[in-house]
Amino acid sequence: MSKVLEYSPTKAFEQQVRENAIDSNVTVSMGPQHPSTHGVLRLEVVLDGETVVSATPDIGYLHTGMEKIMETKKYQQNITITDRMDYLNPMGNNLGYVMCVEKLLDIVDDIPPRAQVIRVMLVELQRIASHMVWLGTHALDIGAMSMFFYCFREREKILNIFEAICGGRMTVSFFRVGGLPYDIPDFVPGMIKEFCDNFPAALKEYDTLLTGNKIYQGRARGVGIITAENAIAWGVTGPSLRGSGHDFDIRRYFPYCGYETYDFDVPVEKDCDVFARYMVRMRELKESHKIVLQTLDRLKPGPVKADTPKICLPDREVMLKQMDALIHHFLLAGLGFKVPPGEAYHAIEGSKGEYGVYIISDGSEHPYRVHVRGPSFVNLQALPIMAKGEMIADTVAIIGSLDIVLGEIDR
Amino acid sequence: MGLENQIAEALPEVLTARLDDLVNWARKSSLWPATFGLACCAIEMMNMTSARFDVARFGAEVFRASPRQADVMIVAGRVSRKMAPVLRRIYDQMPEPKWVISMGACATAGGIFDTYAIVQGVHQVVPVDVYIPGCPPRPETLIYAIMKLQEKIQTESLRNRRDKLEEVITL
Amino acid sequence: MSEDALTKAEDPISEDVQLEKKTPLQQVVFITKDKFGDVIGEVLEKLGETSIFVKRESIVDVCRFLRDEEKFLFNLLSDIAGVDLGIEADPRFEVNYHLTSLPKRMLIRLKVRVSEEDCNVPTVVEVWPTANWLEREVFDLLGVRFEGHPDLRKILTPDDLEGHPLRKDFPLRGY
Repeated sequence: MSKVLEYSPTKAFEQQVRENAIDSNVTVSMGPQHPSTHGVLRLEVVLDGETVVSATPDIGYLHTGMEKIMETKKYQQNITITDRMDYLNPMGNNLGYVMCVEKLLDIVDDIPPRAQVIRVMLVELQRIASHMVWLGTHALDIGAMSMFFYCFREREKILNIFEAICGGRMTVSFFRVGGLPYDIPDFVPGMIKEFCDNFPAALKEYDTLLTGNKIYQGRARGVGIITAENAIAWGVTGPSLRGSGHDFDIRRYFPYCGYETYDFDVPVEKDCDVFARYMVRMRELKESHKIVLQTLDRLKPGPVKADTPKICLPDREVMLKQMDALIHHFLLAGLGFKVPPGEAYHAIEGSKGEYGVYIISDGSEHPYRVHVRGPSFVNLQALPIMAKGEMIADTVAIIGSLDIVLGEIDR
Repeated sequence: MGLENQIAEALPEVLTARLDDLVNWARKSSLWPATFGLACCAIEMMNMTSARFDVARFGAEVFRASPRQADVMIVAGRVSRKMAPVLRRIYDQMPEPKWVISMGACATAGGIFDTYAIVQGVHQVVPVDVYIPGCPPRPETLIYAIMKLQEKIQTESLRNRRDKLEEVITL
Repeated sequence: MSEDALTKAEDPISEDVQLEKKTPLQQVVFITKDKFGDVIGEVLEKLGETSIFVKRESIVDVCRFLRDEEKFLFNLLSDIAGVDLGIEADPRFEVNYHLTSLPKRMLIRLKVRVSEEDCNVPTVVEVWPTANWLEREVFDLLGVRFEGHPDLRKILTPDDLEGHPLRKDFPLRGY
């Protein structure tokens, strides 16, 4: 006690303080249970005051072993598992997986046009729904609570459409290898039309709520910068890359499902910051809306399954009447179909970036190995670069702007 | 009976009730859930607070980020082995009285993920009051679960505290 | 006819003509083979995809060449997927690199095979930083070590989990 009081600011004391200067860096463990990490992401943030010195993501808190379980299930059964990877974009996941299996079976060209159109339609609707969740939660993280309610209102309409089609709201599992399990009900195009009619007004509402909002701009502009070159080196794809000024969009670069015939723009922003990524997604909503409207015009009657009885389940009515259809149904439901040995990688443009599926087949009913390239997994890697030197409060904005889903990161 | 009647006559502005009933009524009417979104179910949990389902009608819309302020933990999604210790810790941080809703097939029994990485039922980690089936359950199902939990809370008694001290028990 | 073809193949000028006739991906294979020789093993062309087997030692050089060569510019590493080819198989592990060339719009797959006793692959982190987590994932789930990796730790599985889940001898459940 008395010793402490004896200290006076002598040179020796000053030197002593300098030599034993306390490291002012503080390590904060953010997550895994944190409302703004969009799930169970844990960040180890080293802070100097309020400035982020480094941010290290720690993932795996939702590791499910999906790739392992997919090796033991049949090809058709695995569709349900892809739903639960990126649970905001299940239609896109289904499409990526299903198209990869179709590539292995070499029936990509046999998919009937109606099935292709419906696939594009649902995937684009899903993209809108996914972006709605992103917009709502991103705004919520920043502090704009009301956005959340407005966004979920529109999303709810899309989920209603999905429910009318396949009975599930989120885990849809609607696509099948070789097309669709059944045609969409007659009243669904009307529902979609109604949604599309009201959607531009909703978009305008979001614009007035957030885009011009001074507080939001202050939080988003100039924050979380990553250049296009850096972004590509770190594997960032999707809207996050397009916010950095590169126009990589798989729908354009490697078209699938007839995307090359649709008229849509690929929005690109050059500012490389959170606001640019926000603007890209907002403009993407408009483009997706445009594509959905085009698919509605193209919806011509026709079959929705490829003419491959050994792969596609027969229609219920046919199965009840015809012997061979019954046999096919029995074999498909009981044993599944075999896929010739080989390997295929198929990438689609998910709502978050390049969603790639790599399947190795050994000729049996089960895939030998399934690997999924989750866009969130790769995009999240760029977070330390974006967050470095920013304020701690901005990391939340940056995580939001990357639009990550932990189900896909951890798989 | 007799006492109640006399009080009612003498002091007409006073209502008498069992303390249990009063406290339980207060507790069940403002359940504050902890945000414990893990996977797909978390999105439906968020949906529950949105305008269409509006869980505020049942007094459970105040999602608290801090477990210290929460009454009920909605385990929404699959619990991995890496997450289980964290989940238990957050449960321990919640003050008594506390309840747990296990939302969805994965939290309840592992769901379709019978793998090395997933805890086959969150009841192995924390005591569960209400289980919800579904993959993911609809928001209405979750609201129903909250109503069921409210019913359960109404039947509880102050005497049966789960966190009561050892000495009290021996007395 | 066949004689003509033979003489043409020997003629260096017509070789260039042949090169032009090839698809861009075949050109990639041709030029890479020309540059690296023995290092490049079998080339598979199936289902519209090209896979090149590369010897382990020179995977970094091949990757850097593919990234920097003006004609290909494979600047995006899409994916690294590790495969366990079977408990009995030798070499047991295979690492697949999926490269995308954004300027030229093409995709190619590189394959490296390593045996169980010596499952080391040189890291490509210095070529594409994105390989960092992708390689960590392969290491975590399959146990293939990446030499020179700056931060080779477990990424997905909990610290107390022993073994590598995606190996074929790891049980699906009951761990």
